[in-house]
Amino acid sequence: MSELLKVPTMAEMMAAGEVPEVLFWVGCAGSFDDRAKKITKAIVKILNKCDVKFAVLGTEESCTGDPAKRAGNEFLFQMQAMMNIQVLDAYEVKKIVTGCPHCFNTLKNEYPELGGNYGVIHHTQLIQSLIDEGKLKVEGGDTFKGKKITFHDPCYLGRANDVYEAPRQMLQSLDAELAEMKRCRTKGLCCGAGGAQMFKEAEKGNKEVNIERTEDALEVKPDIIATGCPFCNTMMTDGVKNFNKEGEIQVMDVAELIATAADL
Amino acid sequence: MVAIIVFSILLLVGIGAFAMNVGRIRANILLGRDVDRTDNKSERFKTMALVALGQKKMFKRPIPAVLHLMLYAAFVITQIELIEIFADGLTGQHRMFRGSLGGFYTFMISFIEILSILAFIATFAFLARRNLLKIPRFTMKEMTGWPKLDGNLILIAEIILICFIFMMNGADEVMYQRGLSHAENLGDGSFSFAVSQWVGPALFGGMSDSSLELVERIGWWGHIVMVFSFLNYLPFSKHFHILLAFPNTYYSNLEKKGKFTNNEAVTNEVKLMMDPNADPFAAPAPAEGEVQRFGAKDVTDLTWKNLLDSYTCTECGRCTSSCPANQTGKLLSPRKIMMDTRDRLDEVGKNIRKHGKDYDDGKSLLTDYISAEELWACTSCNACVEECPVNIDPLSIITEMRRYLVMEESKAPSELATMFTNIENNGAPWQFSQADRLKWKDEN
Repeated sequence: MSELLKVPTMAEMMAAGEVPEVLFWVGCAGSFDDRAKKITKAIVKILNKCDVKFAVLGTEESCTGDPAKRAGNEFLFQMQAMMNIQVLDAYEVKKIVTGCPHCFNTLKNEYPELGGNYGVIHHTQLIQSLIDEGKLKVEGGDTFKGKKITFHDPCYLGRANDVYEAPRQMLQSLDAELAEMKRCRTKGLCCGAGGAQMFKEAEKGNKEVNIERTEDALEVKPDIIATGCPFCNTMMTDGVKNFNKEGEIQVMDVAELIATAADL
Repeated sequence: MVAIIVFSILLLVGIGAFAMNVGRIRANILLGRDVDRTDNKSERFKTMALVALGQKKMFKRPIPAVLHLMLYAAFVITQIELIEIFADGLTGQHRMFRGSLGGFYTFMISFIEILSILAFIATFAFLARRNLLKIPRFTMKEMTGWPKLDGNLILIAEIILICFIFMMNGADEVMYQRGLSHAENLGDGSFSFAVSQWVGPALFGGMSDSSLELVERIGWWGHIVMVFSFLNYLPFSKHFHILLAFPNTYYSNLEKKGKFTNNEAVTNEVKLMMDPNADPFAAPAPAEGEVQRFGAKDVTDLTWKNLLDSYTCTECGRCTSSCPANQTGKLLSPRKIMMDTRDRLDEVGKNIRKHGKDYDDGKSLLTDYISAEELWACTSCNACVEECPVNIDPLSIITEMRRYLVMEESKAPSELATMFTNIENNGAPWQFSQADRLKWKDEN
C-alpha cells in the first residue's frame, strides 16, 4: 500500500516525448467518489504491476456526458463530447481503458458519430487480457479460497455492450466459488443507478431497485458481491447495509479482487 | 354456382377490407420521422429468421414458448390447406388436390390435424393462464377493458376455428365411408387423416346422411368465414404481431443496445457554438418545412420504427415484468408506453383522415397518455429491449420524450437540473472542482 502509484498524465508524457499505449479514463466516480477511488487505485496497481504504459488526462478529463444524455440533455452531452474529443484528439489518443461502464459505453458507442474514434475497452477486458497473456499472475489465489462470490452484471457492460465473460473469467482465476444470481447475464437486474437515477430520488414506488437487487444477491449467500461499475458498487453497498450485512458481505470491484489476489 | 358466387364475394370483401386496413396502418406508421434501416441486409434477414421465424427470444421462457409454438406452427402450416379451400371454393369442387397428390395429401392434412389438436390444447392453456392462473403480467392495470377482451377473443376464435376444421373433416370422413362425400371416391373407404378418421365416426357416426351433409357444410363455411373474420380482426388487434413481427425484426436496431442516437439538430447547433470562426448570423436557415422539435412530444416526433414497434406489440408484458422500475412499484410500464403510442397514433391517424393533415386536437402522447413520472422512473437498463420477443425498443421512446421534457420545456426533476449545472461548471455530475480530479493519486 505504501508503494507509490505511478500515474503519469498525458501532458507529462507528451512533455517527455513519450506516447502511452493506452489512456486510462478514470471517470467522475473514479476521481471523486471515496469508494470508487479505491477501485481506481486497484486498476492503477494492476497497470503498474504489468508495466502497462498508460496515462491519465488528470485535470483535463471531464464528464463524458453520459448522465446528461440519459436524462435527455442532448445539448450538454454533445458539448461535453466535443470538448473531450478535442482533448483526446490533441493527444492523438488511440486506445482508451475505463473503469466505468457508463464512460465505456459513451466513449465507445456515442463518440464516433461526433468525430471521436478510439478503441475503447472496459478495465475487466484489459485485465483479463493481461491474465491471458501471462503478464499478470494471480498467485495469491488462496486469499479467496472457499469464498463464495457472485457477480452483478452492470447494465451498461452486459446488456448494453454484451460484455459478460471478461469479468467472470477474472473471477474464475481467483479459485473461489462462483455463484450466479437467478437473474444474471442478459437477465441481470439493474442496480437502480442507471439512466441518471444515481443523481435523483426514485419516483414513488414500494421499494428501491437496489434493495430488490440486493435480495437477489443475498439469496445465493455470498461472501463477496463483485461488480464492475462504481455506481453498481454504491447501490449494492447501500443495499447490503440496508440488510445489516455489511459485516459479512463485501461489495468489491473485480479489479480490487484481482489486485488483492495478486498481492498488490 | 350460388356457392361459387358467395365464396367469390367473401374472398373479395375479405381481402379487400384487409388491404384497406393495412393501408391505413401503413399510412399511420409513415407519419413518423425517417430513420435509415436499409443497411446490412444479410444481418437483417438473419435477425428476422432467428427472432421472428425461429422464435429465438420466446424460448427464454420455455412453457409459454412451447405453447406459443404449437399455435404458431398450426397457424403457419394450416395456410397450406387454405390453398385448396380457395381452389375448391372458386371452382365448386371438393378436395380437388387429393386425387393428384395421393399419399402426400393424406400426410399434409394429417399433419395439419395433429397441429390443430396441439393448438387446441395450447389455446385452453393460454385461456387458463390469462383467466384462472392470473399470471401477473396479464392482469396489470393496462390490461383491463379492451386489451383483456382482445386477448381472450382471439383464443376463443381459435377454439371455434379448430372445431370447424374437425366438423368439416370429421363429417366428411363419415360421408366418405358411406360413399356420400363430394370428394372423388378413390375406392379406399377412408381419407385416413390422422385425427378425423377416429374423431369423425366417434362424433358423427350415428347421424343421418342429411345431418352429416349439414355438419360438413357448416364446418367448411364456418371455417372460411372465421378465416376472413380473423384476417380483418387482425388490424384492430394486438394479434397483428403475427404479420408485423417479420418487418419489425428485419428493421431491428443492429447497434449495441447502449448506443443512444445522437440528435443531429443538436449536433449542428453545438458545432456552431464550438466553432470560434462561426458567424451565427451566417448560419443557413433551417430546411424548408416543419421545424423539428428536440425530442418527442407526440407520435409524429417519433421515428417510423418506433411507430412500427407500437403496432407490432402483442401486449405480452415481458418488458414490463422485467422492468426494475415496474417491479419496485413505480408507475412506468414499458408495455404501456407501447400501447399508448399505438393508441395515440390511431387517434392522430383518424384525425388526419377526418379533418385533414394540419388538424390539431390539442392532445399529445406526452401528458395526455404518458406522464413525466413514468418517464423519469426509467433506469435505461435495456431489460425491456432485451426481453421483447419481437425486438421492440420502448427505451428509445422514453429517451426521446425525456429529451423533449428537458430541451424544449426545461422540465427536468430539480436534482437532475443540479446535475446538469455541475457538469456544465465542473465537468462532473457532482460539485467537485475539475482541478481536483487527480487528487486521488496522493490520498491514502
